[in-house]
Amino acid sequence: MAEQESYNLKVVRQFAIMTVVWGIVGMLVGVLIAAQMAWPVLNFDIPWLTFSRLRPLHTNAVIFAFGGSALFATSYYVVQRTCHASLFAPGLAAFTFWGWQAIIVSAAITLPLGITSSKEYAELEWPIDIAIAAVWVAYAVVFFGTIMKRKVPHIYVANWFYGAFILTVAILHIVNSMAVPVSLTKSYSMYAGVQDAMIQWWYGHNAVGFFLTAGFLGIMYYFIPKQAERPVYSYRLSVVHFWALAFTYIWAGPHHLHYTALPDWAQSVGMVFSLILLAPSWGGMINGIMTLSGAWQKLRTDPILKFLIVSVSFYGMSTFEGPMMSIKTVNALSHYTDWTIGHVHSGALGWVGMVSIGAMYFLIPRLFNRELYSTRLVEAHFWIATIGIVLYIASMWISGVMQGLMWRAVNADGTLTYSFVESVQAMHPFYIVRTLGGLLYLSGMLIMAYNIWKTIAGAKPAKVAVVPVVAH
Amino acid sequence: MADFTSNFWNWFIIIGVVGGIVAMFWLNIWQSERRRSAEEKAKPMGHVWDENLQELNNPLPRWWLNLFYLTLVFSIVYLILYPGLGTFAGALGWTQVGQYDREIAAAKKQFDPLYEKYLKEDLKTLATNKEAIKTGERLFVNYCTTCHGSDARGAKGFPNLRDSDWLYGGEPETIKASIMNGRQGVMPAWGAALGSEGVFQVSEYVLSLSGRRVNEEAALAGKEKFKQLCVACHGADGRGNHQLGAPNLTDDIWLYGGSQKSVMETIEKGRSGRMPAHNEFLGEAKSHLLAAYVYSLSRSFDPERERR
Repeated sequence: MAEQESYNLKVVRQFAIMTVVWGIVGMLVGVLIAAQMAWPVLNFDIPWLTFSRLRPLHTNAVIFAFGGSALFATSYYVVQRTCHASLFAPGLAAFTFWGWQAIIVSAAITLPLGITSSKEYAELEWPIDIAIAAVWVAYAVVFFGTIMKRKVPHIYVANWFYGAFILTVAILHIVNSMAVPVSLTKSYSMYAGVQDAMIQWWYGHNAVGFFLTAGFLGIMYYFIPKQAERPVYSYRLSVVHFWALAFTYIWAGPHHLHYTALPDWAQSVGMVFSLILLAPSWGGMINGIMTLSGAWQKLRTDPILKFLIVSVSFYGMSTFEGPMMSIKTVNALSHYTDWTIGHVHSGALGWVGMVSIGAMYFLIPRLFNRELYSTRLVEAHFWIATIGIVLYIASMWISGVMQGLMWRAVNADGTLTYSFVESVQAMHPFYIVRTLGGLLYLSGMLIMAYNIWKTIAGAKPAKVAVVPVVAH
Repeated sequence: MADFTSNFWNWFIIIGVVGGIVAMFWLNIWQSERRRSAEEKAKPMGHVWDENLQELNNPLPRWWLNLFYLTLVFSIVYLILYPGLGTFAGALGWTQVGQYDREIAAAKKQFDPLYEKYLKEDLKTLATNKEAIKTGERLFVNYCTTCHGSDARGAKGFPNLRDSDWLYGGEPETIKASIMNGRQGVMPAWGAALGSEGVFQVSEYVLSLSGRRVNEEAALAGKEKFKQLCVACHGADGRGNHQLGAPNLTDDIWLYGGSQKSVMETIEKGRSGRMPAHNEFLGEAKSHLLAAYVYSLSRSFDPERERR
């Protein structure tokens, strides 16, 4: 018999720790720029600290550094455990870790310096874009290579979602980033005018659909059944919602360009496919929540499960809100307002953030062969984060709808009732509440960092050794 | 056809969209099963991953499946009524440009008479009509505050409209012309011709015109240079010229700031100010009312209150 092979957990540990670190960094920048909206003096008249430069740093840090590290960590863990095989090409896996961290650091340097391609959620300039493509191809090789060497006949559902996420993000990134370089730090998009806008939002909405949805559904499909110790509710449902989600998301981008120079037909197609997305999205929510049926009592005592289940509830809420906002008449009110910001953050803080946090609380003790230092601190983190989210999204809903209504209010003589600056003034209290919500969410992350630190550094070894060995 | 370079793309879109919706129907029907009896319990599918991961064979929830079908049916109806399937215009013939035109036409029909009514009135009389001025103020807040500020006191490069100082003249008809046709104010750059010493001297002279304490000698040298280069626009006495929009330099009112640094920058690098033309955008009637409002601002100007 061949010598015993064990799972490659080193790269998983590295990514898991960086998930917590980048989460704190990204959210800290978020809180700063939220505060700048309420008190502009907080940019201190320093160009590197202005909202315009820190906002892309915030989005890149939370999506690609925090979210990305969570996806790398969990996908490498899950694909090994559910294929009953160790990672394919461990050298390449190590390359993806160091490569991805180098990309994050270069983003943290170039964006405050004002080096940007100015494409939303794809601001990094072309040399970094090429590095991203290289790391991503290595990621695909490691992931699909591991799938190829699996020792079980069937591919577990979480891996479908991780696979779709990896493949689609590669295509999205490469097509959207096509540009003509003019110097090492400046390039111009290959596309012009409304075509550039359409490519941008085809990328942008599918970054939501595949990076922030499909990838995190992969997390959900492993960690909820594991933590609840219950089987996945419905195999059929996972088949239907997987294919429907993967097919439909690709069409939804044009809903970001309602009532613009984009041709009418493209707007309509974007809208109807966004509406069709409701059921496939809810399919994932149902499968996540119903997995708990027969084990509901666990929610009372297990804060990790609370994180996971509440995240799926936020997922369901945002994927109801999204299709509604894609309807042209609703969009005419909501577009360009804070409502959009609230919607994004109910997905980002509620769904992506909480499912990642839950997965890390599950994962990190097992990776380091320790007992979690404090369950009560997890409980505290859960409530602080939840209250933070509620403050954030409620304030942005109110502010957004108010903005939309103020902008369209008309006097009897046909003039606008409010000047723009009056609507800005009216938003001020809501910006303060939003900052407070963000601050709470960030505090939760700091509690997590302390808890994780004490877990790893503490001498409280796990009762059962969980260093796994491939068995089958 | 306008949106497509060839009919191929037209069919590409139609087949992709219709095929996609049909595929969604097929996917649901394929995975649906007959209604189960209540006693029938969900069973695991028979695969086990990572020690204990399993999947149950629960059917698609009925309400969820109906929701899915509902959105698919809505989409079909929507794509029959509205543009979406390539070049097919939709049964309603709706376009966003058409909607815009209709809304604008309706607004014109409703509001235009309101403004036409004022167009017949003389601007000076209109400036005393309280109701007209109220509407004029709303127009101002909508269209002018970005540059001139919500208090109409302007900003650097954008004139204060509440004082009685005018670049192009403060007669109501002149104000109306400024609004309708726009203005382009250009101060040439004299840095190359004057040199840095010359720029300083001219600035000293210019500041002396509004009574600032300056270096007498430098100002005297500046005066000579002023006579050569500046009088054509600002006049021999420095009182400016409304025909050219050249500012009066003797009144201590400064468009680009009155510090020595700003004045030197103006002389060295020049300035370019632009008031956009609003005739095409707002039409004469609204411009007329705006002119009356702006005129009324300077009429209510109180030098004593301003100074405080």
